Amino acid sequence: MMKKYILDLTVKSNTRLHERYVLLKLTAEEELPAMVPGQFAELKVENSPTTFLRRPISINYVDREKNEVWFLIQTIGDGTRALAGLKAGDTLNVVMPLGNGFTMPSGDTEKVLLVGGGVGTAPLLYMGKMMAEAGCRPHFLLGARSVGDLLETDMFRELGEVYLTTEDGTAGERGFVTQHSVWERERFDRIATCGPKPMMMAVARYAKSRGISCEVSLENTMACGVGACLCCVENTTEGHVCVCKDGPVFNINKLLWQI
Amino acid sequence: MADLRVDIAGLRLSNPVMTASGTFGYGLEFADLVDLEKIGGIIVKGTTLRPREGNPYPRMAETASGMLNCVGLQNKGVDYFCREIYPAIKSIGTNMIVNVSGSCPEDYAECAARINELERIPAIELNISCPNVKQGGMAFGVTAKGAAEVVRAVRDAYRKTLIVKLSPNVTDIADIARSVEDAGADAVSLINTLMGMAIDIEKRKPVLSIATGGLSGPAVKPVALRMVWQVARAVGIPVVGLGGIMTAADAVEFLLAGATAVEVGTANFIDPAISVKIADGINDYLERHGCRSVTEIIGALES
Repeated sequence: MMKKYILDLTVKSNTRLHERYVLLKLTAEEELPAMVPGQFAELKVENSPTTFLRRPISINYVDREKNEVWFLIQTIGDGTRALAGLKAGDTLNVVMPLGNGFTMPSGDTEKVLLVGGGVGTAPLLYMGKMMAEAGCRPHFLLGARSVGDLLETDMFRELGEVYLTTEDGTAGERGFVTQHSVWERERFDRIATCGPKPMMMAVARYAKSRGISCEVSLENTMACGVGACLCCVENTTEGHVCVCKDGPVFNINKLLWQI
Repeated sequence: MADLRVDIAGLRLSNPVMTASGTFGYGLEFADLVDLEKIGGIIVKGTTLRPREGNPYPRMAETASGMLNCVGLQNKGVDYFCREIYPAIKSIGTNMIVNVSGSCPEDYAECAARINELERIPAIELNISCPNVKQGGMAFGVTAKGAAEVVRAVRDAYRKTLIVKLSPNVTDIADIARSVEDAGADAVSLINTLMGMAIDIEKRKPVLSIATGGLSGPAVKPVALRMVWQVARAVGIPVVGLGGIMTAADAVEFLLAGATAVEVGTANFIDPAISVKIADGINDYLERHGCRSVTEIIGALES
């Protein structure tokens, strides 16, 4: 278990990537703690009277040279809208790092596909970076509704192979990630996925049918973020376990999904 | 520095702030984030005689100034607690208190008897007020007769400090408090969560898996404060106040209303270090008012 911290981070920049998405880059005076891809942070929301709890947001990227941690925020309700309203210089209180990350490839020859849908692509950028640093070139399959919902594609391209799908055909192949032609062309040793549950279930079904190791990142509704309140449980082969503490990344063999 | 020590029927706290059951795990989950030894007491997760899987997901809904939960007493049972958890928490330098629940008086008593054997557990909090289980739980806590029946069974089996946690989902909470006092409780704590509900209007379904859940957070504080005030005037045993405490000022309100100590619950989710900040804030209040001891403000509400 990695050591957790309560930190007051400073917003370095807030960039609107698209109508419904912003990218927050944050820094701290001290060196940021150790974090692994797939972990998340609980962000405190200020100035939103209708928001009570922190918002769990996955770690999008860590830039060690600039001492930055990035969070990709999709504005869904009042809480995420308040977070999207942060300005450079503002303080953001976070509890992190939380949960467990994706399994890193065992060697540089392992062929790994990272499948992301919508804002679920966020943790895959940091995963791809850590893989690339370890000498293992990642393959990214990224899907979204429309071209504007595909986020940080330039960053992904710098790290590895990128395959895109959009539901309306405005970028990449038209359709869902599971319909992309790369599935026919390539064979992968391992898959990691994060995104809408139906997408992850379809990816998990594919992986299971071909005996490929597959991890998914869940986002069950959460309160404490540290495994204390037992609100975010997922039913698994070991009974109800906390997504925040025992996840958010799970091997599909541990889940009771009907796939 | 004012003297923050309080005594709840033999249970001695270094300060009057404890963490509420179900909001602080076994304490260990928060060890990186707050100095556990500076907390007056840690009341660990509800424990039952046999393992319980709890209710299905979803179990939580955020509300205006609070949240609903229907966890349903998920825990691995008292034997697992004694074997696996107790060795890991017994050296934490504060009062480790176990919240005990059950579905019949015999189960409550048996569970309490097992915990009575654990040297480093100085007290239990008897949960007769969980709104999220079909059998037992709140069913006992909503009648004076049912509450007394469970407390009597546990009193015979448990020798150390017995705190009984009361439900606010009753017509007259003072009546219930008096009956558990008569049945042998050393102290009462209140309030547990208030029964509530949330609906997803797009799906036209309840948000929570079992439709209803318990409301906690600052939304319930005025109700909790009123009930603590009523109970403190009705019984002779110490009262532990909880319900929506977010700040030291909230805690001082409960102390003035007659609580000997307080529990901080849902606030731990917003700030994992809040319990220690509240204890420090109580000290600031006491110094500002020239009080040497926190006992000077317990029940010191002026009319």
